[in-house]
Amino acid sequence: MKILVCISKTPDTTAKIAFKNGNTQFEESGVQWILNPYDEWYALVRAIELKEKDASTVLHLVMVGGADADPIIRKALALGGDEAIRVNTTKLQDSFYVASQIAEVAKTGGYDLLFTGKETIDYNGSSIGAMVAELLDLPYISLATKFEINGNTATVTREIEGGEEVNEVQVPVVVSCQKGMAEARIPNMRGIMSARTKPLKVVEPVEADELTSISSFELPPPKAGVKMISPDNMAELVRLLHEEAKVI
Amino acid sequence: MGDGGVYMVLIFADQTGGQFKKTAFEALSYGAKLAEQLGTTAAALVAGTTTDDLAALGKYGVKKVHHVATETLNVFDAQVYTKVISEVVQLTGATVLVLAHNNTGRAIAGRLSARLKAAMVPAAVSLPDTTNGFVVKKVVFSGKAFANVSLNTDIKIISLNMNAFKAVAGEGTAEVVSVNVAADAPKVKVTSTDKVTGEIPLTEATRVVSGGRGLKGPENWGIVEDLAHALDAALACSRPVADANWRPHHEHVGQTGIAIAPNLYVAAGISGAIQHLAGVNRSKVIVVINKDAEAPFFKAADYGVVGDLFEVLPKLTEEVKKLKGV
Repeated sequence: MKILVCISKTPDTTAKIAFKNGNTQFEESGVQWILNPYDEWYALVRAIELKEKDASTVLHLVMVGGADADPIIRKALALGGDEAIRVNTTKLQDSFYVASQIAEVAKTGGYDLLFTGKETIDYNGSSIGAMVAELLDLPYISLATKFEINGNTATVTREIEGGEEVNEVQVPVVVSCQKGMAEARIPNMRGIMSARTKPLKVVEPVEADELTSISSFELPPPKAGVKMISPDNMAELVRLLHEEAKVI
Repeated sequence: MGDGGVYMVLIFADQTGGQFKKTAFEALSYGAKLAEQLGTTAAALVAGTTTDDLAALGKYGVKKVHHVATETLNVFDAQVYTKVISEVVQLTGATVLVLAHNNTGRAIAGRLSARLKAAMVPAAVSLPDTTNGFVVKKVVFSGKAFANVSLNTDIKIISLNMNAFKAVAGEGTAEVVSVNVAADAPKVKVTSTDKVTGEIPLTEATRVVSGGRGLKGPENWGIVEDLAHALDAALACSRPVADANWRPHHEHVGQTGIAIAPNLYVAAGISGAIQHLAGVNRSKVIVVINKDAEAPFFKAADYGVVGDLFEVLPKLTEEVKKLKGV
């Protein structure tokens, strides 16, 4: 079994969100970068668990990004995985461009399983997995909460509107992962030490179209401020929700 | 080029078991409004057999319904659906495809973009600005900001965020056209489905009542449920509550759980950590009930009550019932 986990670098969940250059760029100064939580906690950790069950499993990671992503890749390798591939580009705004790079890596590697997080916490696109699957003409199971493999048959539980369903599919398949797939881990010292010597291959991007561009960012208008209501006057709260906010 | 001029808007109206989802009506209304803005017509696309009267979708402003009534499509498979929808886009000459950014939309929007080489904006929250190109606003940074995304291809795909556009039902019937598009046999087999019945799905709810650690234990959830019933609201909870198995995981809202955008979000006994806010900050009105006046959630709230939720919630439920005359 050969697994490819797609990882990305995002601002920390508590990072202050601000923009510069006339609201056209994210203000990166003072921002802590992390491995995208959905990629780490669910996609990567589940893949590591599969490798622990079957030692013959080969586990590769792929990141599309510049050299500034290398510390994040090393952190991922400290959790597990045999080697990482970084597609060397700073063109990261268009999902199709990024997906095209991953698809190229996947094609050359001949993987049975491709895992992604359900979305990144910065762009919130949830597009990459679907695009990679289409580019490779593979089945795609999105928003997976459980994943088991038996021979070439994967059994995947995925979230649907108001519930979940269990899917069965033959590999190769692309799966986007969310809560439920695995429990978060922290790397141990041995993992951190070994990560330093694991191969991190840097490859140049292939030519691909950029279908979208971001023209500007904006912050939501500030809240008017909270209106405090006495705990003894719920009639007033209901009146405000009905007459002022018009939500009941 | 479509039959209405430069643009033609096609809306994928998602249905399961012959039932349209609320998000489908939102997408239809959005698409109809968009067609009006672009000076063209809007048509719907329905996949799978259905007992619903499809002409009635005209209420939401579409003139035509393209129906691919193939039984294979009664089971959702992202790969199969993508091929079918792409073919209908090409057959109809649609230049804008609108779909709902629900679980189905998330599974196919990216595929459609790659297949049609069409620029796609996921989690869109606005009609496009066409004064200089075709620019659509979307949620980024888990609701903490927006990006204005320029769609730079001839065909454009808009995956509309839930509750971002109100479904407006008016008058009108649509012409239903049967479309003959072959659907491949799905590679993904659905072996079982487990739907929560009798409850409003969290992502579709317009009102949500949520409980946190302040409830002290799962046995106390009755007062949360009572308020939710009085408000016709869905139930939600914070991460510690789901992690402690007080409530099922599908109720967990927040950064790592479900992101919601209801009209009303009532949070009882939740302090409002930034990760929780990331999942609920697009709610239109937030009510926070907490005994700790310093709880960070009050900064993000519209209405706040500092008090003991065990006393406040039942009183609030009573007043809601009074308003509704029950």
